[in-house]
Amino acid sequence: MSSATTNGARAERGWYKRNEIAITPWLFLAPAMLFFAVYVIIPIGQSFWISFHQWDGLGEATWVGTANYERLLGIGEQNMDRKFEVSFWNNLKWLVLYLLAIPMGLFISLFLNQTVTGIRLYKSLFFFPFVISQVVVGLVFSWFYLPNNGLFDQIVGLVGIDIKGGMLGNPNTATYGIIAAGLWPQTAYCMILYLTGLNAVDPEQVEAARLDGAKGRKMLWYVILPQLKPATFIAFVVTIIGALRSFDLISVMTNGGPFGSTRVLSFFMFEESLSEFGFRMGYGAAIAVVLFFIMLFFIVYFLWSMYQDEKGGR
Amino acid sequence: MFPRPIQQQSPARQATYQALLPLALVVWLLPLIAVFIFSIKPDADFVSGNFWGIPSSFEMFNNYGKVFFESNMPRYLFNSLLITVPTVIGAVALSAMAGFALGIYRFKGNLLIFFMFIAGNFVPFQILMVPVRDLTIGLGLYDTITGLVLFHVAFQTGFCTLFMRNFIRALPFPLIEAARVEGISEIRIFWYVVLPLMKPALAALAVLIFTFIWNDYFWAVVLTQGPDAQPVTAGITEFNSQFRAAYHLMSAGSIVAALPPVAMFFLMQKHFIAGLTLGAVK
Repeated sequence: MSSATTNGARAERGWYKRNEIAITPWLFLAPAMLFFAVYVIIPIGQSFWISFHQWDGLGEATWVGTANYERLLGIGEQNMDRKFEVSFWNNLKWLVLYLLAIPMGLFISLFLNQTVTGIRLYKSLFFFPFVISQVVVGLVFSWFYLPNNGLFDQIVGLVGIDIKGGMLGNPNTATYGIIAAGLWPQTAYCMILYLTGLNAVDPEQVEAARLDGAKGRKMLWYVILPQLKPATFIAFVVTIIGALRSFDLISVMTNGGPFGSTRVLSFFMFEESLSEFGFRMGYGAAIAVVLFFIMLFFIVYFLWSMYQDEKGGR
Repeated sequence: MFPRPIQQQSPARQATYQALLPLALVVWLLPLIAVFIFSIKPDADFVSGNFWGIPSSFEMFNNYGKVFFESNMPRYLFNSLLITVPTVIGAVALSAMAGFALGIYRFKGNLLIFFMFIAGNFVPFQILMVPVRDLTIGLGLYDTITGLVLFHVAFQTGFCTLFMRNFIRALPFPLIEAARVEGISEIRIFWYVVLPLMKPALAALAVLIFTFIWNDYFWAVVLTQGPDAQPVTAGITEFNSQFRAAYHLMSAGSIVAALPPVAMFFLMQKHFIAGLTLGAVK
């Protein structure tokens, strides 16, 4: 009896031992995959499903087919949802203007890439807006932009510019004010990426190019930037994702106003599904799906680039 | 080195550079400096319209004292800590294992699973919002710290796995082959061979995730309400409505809320930057 169990155990261990290399990765992957599936992969599918329903989040969901999308995009006899239109254009503004963080970050990193006393501290202090939460950045900038009493209003007042209602109170300027606030930490991030990149630039190539008479802008463009390509790629990825994720700043600084002029898709979606306007989960999910497809375009591109790299590796 | 070292340039240029550095820094940090000045001013300055001038009296201890003793701020800070620390441990543990599996072994679907983790990490939060909120309510975890931690662990695992896997891939593979030849089991290879080599990656990720989670606002608003479970990023809104238009207290509160990740950054700077810039150099 006892020998039978030991035999059984040995056989089992033998089976595991024999297949160890095949089984171990799955054992190690299981917890992460479980968590990721439950909280990320499956919810994406569920959102698609919900977007075809009308649902208040509590009662029964009613199937409405593509009605949510038709209302959103204005297919058929209706106009495109004006809030959607505003949000979409604002998202585009965010995308384009947020990319300014990359050249600005590069500029600051070139400025700071020296070896003078205290430069390390300077680099950290330049970087540190990135560490602060966007909520605090938003608050700080909304006080900076205060009408009349705000530092910004006083500075532009010196050159005779007067923005009616203040930067954030004026529908024509509010979005740009928020984007500027977002650019602050994002530029810091790009700067640190480029500082690291510059650190690894091959000094021999730089010297050789110098002997050939290259300097200044030409040197930057033909010798330095090609070597900074990996840093630029990451800067692109994080900046584009950051631009499309913008939510905290808008929520804190203007809450979508004035007159809904600063809404973006992520904020619009939140507003439709979880705010005083009621719990329109189905409509919200449809907005999220549209945003997802915009993002997917970039995700596919990023993955494609990474895959090209991977193929070269082991 | 590019640009050309300042030491090789004319003394005039060197002097300009030395003067420009602190000036640029002050301009760059102007919004923060302004808020700090706000936070040490007395209430009376804002009434009299002295927003940006010299404070008429030094009220730093008074203002920060009020933040700590007359509001829910300490509670929110404590909640943030209770959310952040378990998330860091959970996400780092799960992704160290997943990264080991994806970095060391060759099997069908390896790259597919890896790319799934990366893709999931880029997804907009909004597409997860409704189902995750629903799931959390269903589990009875709405407005609890556990509910937030579970989600954060799951979501951060995506980014962490990308990081860990690339790090492990760069380790010398012959080390593992040698251990296998010695007959060491795969689990022991993970624990005794790979994990000790991963210390820099573990440290870098821990600091990064600490900052990301501490600064999270969206999920705090979606999954919690009220001072029982809300972290400081969400609590600051309530704090601000308590002290409506009291700029000296609101700014002191904001500085307190921002401080822990800032302290973390300055203490662990090397790891933090190593984590952020992973992949910026080939």
